[in-house]
Amino acid sequence: MQWPWQYDFPPFFTLQPHAETRAKQLSAWRSIVLDYYKHTKESTLDVREAQSSPLFFNSTINRKLSQEGILLILENLQKTGNAEPLDKTKNRWLIFWKSPEEWGKLLYNWAQARGMTNSVCTLFELVSGDDTTDEEFYGLDTEIIIRAIRTLEVERKAEMMMYDDNQGVKFF
Amino acid sequence: MDRLEYDDPILHPKEDEIAKLRNVKIYDGDAKSATFENGELIATSHRLVYVQSGSSNGLSLRLHYLVYVEEEKSSGFGFSRSKKLLLHLSEPLPGKPPGPVDRSSCSFIRLSFKDGYDSSFPNNLSAALQKKKWETAPITSTSLPEAPPPVQLPGRQLRAGIVGIERQIQAKHKATDDSISLAFEDLNKLMSMAKDMVLLSKSISDKIKEKQGEISDDETVQFKSYLLSLGIDDPVTRDNSRSESHYHQNLARQISSALQDQIKEIGGMMTLPEAYCRVNRARGLELLSPEDMLKACQIMASLGMPVTLKVFDSGVKVLHLSTHNDQSIIKTTAEAIEESGSYTAEELAQVLGMSVLLAKERLLITEKAGRACRDDSIEGLRFYPNLLLEKN
Repeated sequence: MQWPWQYDFPPFFTLQPHAETRAKQLSAWRSIVLDYYKHTKESTLDVREAQSSPLFFNSTINRKLSQEGILLILENLQKTGNAEPLDKTKNRWLIFWKSPEEWGKLLYNWAQARGMTNSVCTLFELVSGDDTTDEEFYGLDTEIIIRAIRTLEVERKAEMMMYDDNQGVKFF
Repeated sequence: MDRLEYDDPILHPKEDEIAKLRNVKIYDGDAKSATFENGELIATSHRLVYVQSGSSNGLSLRLHYLVYVEEEKSSGFGFSRSKKLLLHLSEPLPGKPPGPVDRSSCSFIRLSFKDGYDSSFPNNLSAALQKKKWETAPITSTSLPEAPPPVQLPGRQLRAGIVGIERQIQAKHKATDDSISLAFEDLNKLMSMAKDMVLLSKSISDKIKEKQGEISDDETVQFKSYLLSLGIDDPVTRDNSRSESHYHQNLARQISSALQDQIKEIGGMMTLPEAYCRVNRARGLELLSPEDMLKACQIMASLGMPVTLKVFDSGVKVLHLSTHNDQSIIKTTAEAIEESGSYTAEELAQVLGMSVLLAKERLLITEKAGRACRDDSIEGLRFYPNLLLEKN
């Protein structure tokens, strides 16, 4: 993971009171968060545990961002459609370093390229199957795949199905 | 019960006390609930005196009524552990002084002793009955029938019971009335003074309307003296911006000339408390009150003095050179931070030779202008050049 210069700058971990500075600070944090999640291919964040992750805690300079700051960044990301709280307590969040629509497009393109239109495959196959190891969505959190498929449903390009005990999707 | 009478609980010199017992209840005959309770019983050679707690009035039973004293055996229920005495009484005599109960069908009363009594008490009581001391050394002027109650001491109410309570309530009302009227007398005086003041203030306000500001000195003095006698602070000095009294203007000039050099020496800024101390130390005898100091400083700017008052966001007040402005502070502070990389308030104070408070204020206004950013951690509060804004 390539950290930007701000990561080693101590004031970066203090929420700035100066409005203009804060805006720039938050925007820098947004990019770092999205890059980090893209790098680790993870999709969920728990605010209560986040402070111990290297994302918000730089051990070399011994600085960490406050929970207030983390929440502020997440809410910012929510506004741009890059994050979503999983519950009312706002403790657990989904991070979309790609938007659900972008994922939907990727899935559909893959389905078309493989000639999988008008056939069904399970979600498991999509994220953990042998056919998809090279794809970007390999190993993606199921929640995000589902959201991606939902965007496709709107365009009538796919439909979620229950298939024995598994969740599946039919591409059209 | 009708043999009891209202009586003075103070013992006569010829009376001998046999026993004093507390928490005594009196039952009429075989009654299940007590007629009187929570009282103290004093047995003497002449009578049994009963005083209820909280009351100064007493009841007494002349011993000559007592025919026989009997200890009551504890009842089968065993509810009450209190010892009980049965007092068998003879008929009430005509002309007997009034008591709490007019007619009673029972010829005995029961006394209940919650705290118990000495086992010798009944014997002593019987002995007193035998002695009949009331015949040989009567404590009232005539023997039977008893004389009317002793002479009322001035102001003492001998009546207990409902009538007594009513009288107490009446007395309370009267006392309240008296105190209220006393209070209102002061208010009347106040109102009559206020009339004068209202007239005076009317004349002053009329004059102001006409001449726009010329109030004669003696009217002002009169007004002020009225207010002082009422205990109101002179409102003329309250609102400073309207009436800039000469006193404060002179004061402002004095202070600014006295402190100007000193302020320059310490870097152009001095906290108000420090300025106040220096001014008073210089004055020696005629010390300045904090309010006068504050008011004088507040009008410095309008008078164009070289030294003026500045109030920071945090509420800190300083006297600084008028030539000193925020921009120059911000510039110098930002440069200092860049040179050294970062500063805490303490470090900056040392370098610049000023108090930590002032150094902190400098850093804060520099941050406010966006020329510095803060690093707040357990290591302390440190300020860096604002790369977050300037870089990238």
